[in-house]
Amino acid sequence: MSQFPALTSGHRPVGVVSFAQYDNVRREEARNEVEMLMPVVAEVFGNIGITKDDVGFICSGSTDYLIGGPFSFVAALDAVGVWPPRAESHVEADGAWALYEAWVLLQEGEIDAALVYCFGRSSMGDLGQILSVQLDPYYLAPLWPDPTSLAALQAQAMIDKGTASEADFAAVASRSRRSALSNPKAQVAYDRSPEELLKEDYEVAPLRRHALPPLTDGCAAVVLAAGERAYELCERPAFITGIDHRIETHSLGARDLTASPSTKLAGEKAGVGAKKVDVAELHAPYAHQELILAEALGLADDVAVNPSGGALAANPMMSAGLIRIGESARAIWSGQADRAVAHATSGPCLQQNLVCVLEGV
Amino acid sequence: MAERCAVIGIGQTVAKSKREDVSIAGLVREAALAALEDAGLTFADIDAVVVGKAPDMFEGVMMPELYLAPALGAVGKPMFRVHTAGSVGGSTAIVASHLVASGIHDRVLTVAFEKQSDSDAMWALSVPQPFSAPLLAGAGGYFAPIIRAYMYRSGAPRDIGMMVAVKDRLHALKNPYAHLHLPDISMKMVEDSIMLWDPLHYLESCPSSDGAAAMVIGSEKAAGAATAATGRPPAWIHGMAMRSEPTMFAGRDQVNPQAGRDCAADLYRQAGVTDPRADFDMAEVYVPFSWYEPMWLENLGFCAEGDGWKLTQAGATSMIEGGDIPWNCSGGVLSSNPIGASGMLRFLETALQVRGMAGEHQVPDARRALGQAYGGGSQFFAMWVVSADKP
Repeated sequence: MSQFPALTSGHRPVGVVSFAQYDNVRREEARNEVEMLMPVVAEVFGNIGITKDDVGFICSGSTDYLIGGPFSFVAALDAVGVWPPRAESHVEADGAWALYEAWVLLQEGEIDAALVYCFGRSSMGDLGQILSVQLDPYYLAPLWPDPTSLAALQAQAMIDKGTASEADFAAVASRSRRSALSNPKAQVAYDRSPEELLKEDYEVAPLRRHALPPLTDGCAAVVLAAGERAYELCERPAFITGIDHRIETHSLGARDLTASPSTKLAGEKAGVGAKKVDVAELHAPYAHQELILAEALGLADDVAVNPSGGALAANPMMSAGLIRIGESARAIWSGQADRAVAHATSGPCLQQNLVCVLEGV
Repeated sequence: MAERCAVIGIGQTVAKSKREDVSIAGLVREAALAALEDAGLTFADIDAVVVGKAPDMFEGVMMPELYLAPALGAVGKPMFRVHTAGSVGGSTAIVASHLVASGIHDRVLTVAFEKQSDSDAMWALSVPQPFSAPLLAGAGGYFAPIIRAYMYRSGAPRDIGMMVAVKDRLHALKNPYAHLHLPDISMKMVEDSIMLWDPLHYLESCPSSDGAAAMVIGSEKAAGAATAATGRPPAWIHGMAMRSEPTMFAGRDQVNPQAGRDCAADLYRQAGVTDPRADFDMAEVYVPFSWYEPMWLENLGFCAEGDGWKLTQAGATSMIEGGDIPWNCSGGVLSSNPIGASGMLRFLETALQVRGMAGEHQVPDARRALGQAYGGGSQFFAMWVVSADKP
């Protein structure tokens, strides 16, 4: 009998057994979403020698506003080729939430494996303008606040409260981009000291260029497998021992932007603090947000945070969250970590957060 | 194994062309509060919220669930957003039910909506895309050629669609929540309405509505508690299925899609249904254009291929005529169409029926019912079976 870790969430062990992502690029001009997804889907199946016929469920994550047309997920399905017809679903969210839906279905025991994929191109329009229509349509969106300006309010609130400084933001960016040098999928990687980064001009004060995520076109895919099937497909599956997601109120004025109670609660429900964490992959598009998330999750000083470089290295919309889970799983497959925490976020200033704890046996 | 789950609360808004009295948040909250009241619960009792709607461009708000979190009592809870085209209302109910069937939650609130008057669905459906043929005619223009193929194949008389249009509007007169109440509806009135997309007259098409639907899905324990508190019975979920197929490829049967047939087969296996016409007491099926009733009668196995129109013609699907398998007693999509909610309204109406709470459009002694929703180019299907009896 195979060994499975103790579960905090659910009752059936489900593992991440394969992960693939596109080369994160500033602007993919030659391929559309389907053409970007096709090699990624082929790779995520090819890694473990299965085909679409071997998964009982498919779930994708994307948002129509990036492509500027309705039903962008409909065409994307051609990247898998759902013929004969398949059990399939779609979330208007990051792929991490698509993974959650697949994990729920796997709990019921009817199926043993599922494909999750997601995609998004930031280059199709003005991302700042696009994301501003994600806000309250009556009171906030008419002001057209872009996500960087909102994030700057959050960063300034941290400074005002005395919980962080601009030097702290630069330290996060410096470390993340240096880690990204060893990530072949990173879009932005460099070796620059925090002191050097602090000489940059402000984009929106107090955020300088280094504290902002890159604009990225990309996509990603994961295969989940349950129970013994996980071991058939992967020598050391990254089992999901805890997974939870929580949302906060939308109005920025009603939130304490310097904290992330939804991440804290999701982390508690997912059992983050139960045992030592080796690696944490946090979906922090802006440098200061990593500090908020690490605090909310109660991560110890010895945790390797964002060894991939995180969203500061590449921030493909709707995929950057699932990629955090994929990168965490890779750390477990390689033996680099026994226990990893992956996080995904959605909405302005970390409004909604998902936490996934992965363990190898 | 999956846990038992049931619909324990139901709420819906009146569907109208324009709900100018409420914001989007006000609209969804109205349905959610009604569902909670029916279940004898408050927001505090809810473990998670699952929201569904059709393309975000229908209102011009990207991922509106983020803004709706406080209005739906979701703050501090898991909130989930589903989007599977026109089938989304059904898919959303299914995703919510799996959160209970998997044993993760006890009580999940699920809400679907569309406030179409905030934007223009025809425009939102017709945004030009690179390397894609423009769909400037909206959904009716897309489906009319498929309907003509059905007429050619089956030899159905031209007035079958009009019969469905009349029948569903007569049903709608018994449903106070329906958008269209046309007391004078007749074959002549439908025939005299303007031809939009041959063979579809104006009155053979669904309206464009503002509206929301909500349900509380509960575990066996939650269902017992709700019934004890309210005296109202649950609607037990006996099966749920979803299937998708590609929009187009050579040889795809768009008239009788394989995904619909496979979805029904999976569903019937779960629910132990062998003869749908005999085994179901009623069905709520997504019929946005009149001719989809005979087409789905065949796709869902209520009759042999090519015979669907004969059931419609004989009045088998009419509650008014005492048909043996009444379809869309609420008036269906032809009478109310807040697109994102339309699929959930089908599912919700089946639950109302088996709980015996459908009021004037109640089918006597309805114990088992089929809910179906479809979307995209007849390529996404979501279905469930609910029953008055515990599985």
